[in-house]
Amino acid sequence: MSTPIELPKWADVSLVPILAVIVAFLVAGLVVLGIGENPVKATVLLIQGALGSGEGIGYTLYYATNFIFTGLAVAIAFHAGLFNIGGEGQATMGGLGAALICLNLDFLPWYIVLPLAILGAMAMGALWAFIPGYLQVKRGSHVVITAIMFNFLAATLVVYLLVNVIGKPGSMSPETRVFAASAHLPYMHEALAYFGIKIPKSPLNFSFVLALLASAFVWITVWHTKLGYAIRTVGHSPTAATYAGISIGRITLITMAMSGALAGMLAVNEILGVQGRLLLEFSSGYGFIGIAVALMGRAHPVGIILASILFGMLYQGGTELSFEMPRVTRDMIVAISGLVILFAGALDGLIRRPVAGVFARFLKSGA
Amino acid sequence: MSGMEIYATLIAILESGLRLCVPLVFACLAGLWSERSGVVDIGLEGKMLVAAFASAAAAGATNSALIGLGAGIIASIGFALIHGFAAISQRGIQIVSGVAINMLAAGLTALVGNAWYNQGGRTTPLEGNARFQPLVWPGAEAIDQTPIIGPIYAHLISGHSALAYCALAATILSGFVLRRTRFGLRIRAVGENPAAVDTAGVSVTRLRYSAVIIAGVLCGFAGSYLALGQAAGFLTNMTAGKGFIALAALIFAKWRAWPALWACFVFGLLDAVAIRLQGVMVPGIGQIPVQAIQALPYLMTVILLAGFIGKAIPPKASGLPYVKER
Repeated sequence: MSTPIELPKWADVSLVPILAVIVAFLVAGLVVLGIGENPVKATVLLIQGALGSGEGIGYTLYYATNFIFTGLAVAIAFHAGLFNIGGEGQATMGGLGAALICLNLDFLPWYIVLPLAILGAMAMGALWAFIPGYLQVKRGSHVVITAIMFNFLAATLVVYLLVNVIGKPGSMSPETRVFAASAHLPYMHEALAYFGIKIPKSPLNFSFVLALLASAFVWITVWHTKLGYAIRTVGHSPTAATYAGISIGRITLITMAMSGALAGMLAVNEILGVQGRLLLEFSSGYGFIGIAVALMGRAHPVGIILASILFGMLYQGGTELSFEMPRVTRDMIVAISGLVILFAGALDGLIRRPVAGVFARFLKSGA
Repeated sequence: MSGMEIYATLIAILESGLRLCVPLVFACLAGLWSERSGVVDIGLEGKMLVAAFASAAAAGATNSALIGLGAGIIASIGFALIHGFAAISQRGIQIVSGVAINMLAAGLTALVGNAWYNQGGRTTPLEGNARFQPLVWPGAEAIDQTPIIGPIYAHLISGHSALAYCALAATILSGFVLRRTRFGLRIRAVGENPAAVDTAGVSVTRLRYSAVIIAGVLCGFAGSYLALGQAAGFLTNMTAGKGFIALAALIFAKWRAWPALWACFVFGLLDAVAIRLQGVMVPGIGQIPVQAIQALPYLMTVILLAGFIGKAIPPKASGLPYVKER
């Protein structure tokens, strides 16, 4: 049991995570059964809600955009052997960064405001991940605990600012004024209509394209650059990295900043793409679900996009499902994410070991 | 404000600080046991939440707070065993398992609560025997009017639920067992140097499982106090980050029982002050932002961990699965 469990690579990247998700769904099905609903019917309703209409697909991809950003954020940190649990806080700060630009500069044309606002979101997210990284490198405090505290610090800071400083005067709910139209990312149905293509209305916006670009960026950076090589070396063996002359501290800082910037981009989709204003708790757990997405996608951009679409389906389908079956609320998705994190992450060996056993037997009889 | 009024306010803040620190103390001690044995536990929050739900559901069904407490403890142990299985037997990443437990607990309690009670995730309100009522000590009402010591006796010593006194007992017991008994010594040893304990012929696995189960029991108390003592039933996500505040307190206490009690009391007090200061104009300063006080525990933990004030060093082997040499 102490030796690593050997598996062919294709099984490691596809079979194991798929089995983990199937186990998670079976357990979730039992829960649905336990509260007196039919899990098969629930699944059918869920898939219909997610993919049964053009609008449904739009919503599914809109949710998937969030998960791609937070999933990539967790994944790139994984490659350097870091666990970025601070996605929620980094996304919240990203929202603040985008909002500060928009509130002050939204009189400018879109081609100036939007890039600046996106950079603002990335910069604030990066900062909120860089500080825990810095404290680990320079002061020896564990990045996970600091990042947890930073989640709460971001939440309280934004509440304070919305209530006392940047909130809309006279408004009861803590939120900023609505930004000018120039600070709004175009919806996909608007953008495509410009080219004469008609798709149903949904919150799906240009951020989805940015998410795909970010995936490509992560793929190139991690597997095709010197920096990515250094990141993976630090993740695999810090000792080897040190002998190779790679500064672990420097890589930790760079990776955390990139991870935070990706998490901050959640705000691009939610704040610049949909809400058009900064409001409380827009990150609503997407940062944590990013952990499930990264584990399921085996920290690879292609896997993350597929896992994000699955979670997007769960979110959109789950919303539709809760109209048809009021007993099955959207909290179901939070529970499923927990199960996926458990079976694809912490209890990974539980699935990997029997699979490896089957392969070993198969190879022996084949030879 | 007269001197008497200031004193009365002070007593009121201390009293509410005491109430707010009870769940923190239980959860913090839970973290203490787990991490002292080498199992990092960021799933305190989730265990408290399932305990709160199970205790409210059971107490509501049976009209007995004690049965509620029992159900809360069992539910919490169940989740603790999932974490233990992942961390000890499967040697999974303990942080990942903790995150999973928190999400599973948040999702399941809200989902099942909504399905069972149809009240947006809350359970039916509890009253009477289904809750832990404040215990009024003999003579508390009579002495209340006596200046200075009266309110101290009536509000700070008397008048808390039985679980609050259990928190004190749990601190005494945890401190004693961890420091003075063979079992406690072994738990601490297994968190520092599991190989040495193994060489001495003591099972690392069994010790760590016992610590994780004790953590489950303590989180069971924490959650039950929230649902049956502080509130009158379960509310969605009623732990609201208390599990993480307890984790912060554990770091402040440098993984020791008595300092854990004090750290939790300070954090409870901060919470009480924040509630008290909501919308109050302080002469000369103006309105103190409540968020600044709420942020203090997190901020102080970051500063402490970074070694700017003192140094908090976790047990050496915490977070590391133990692999037996063959």
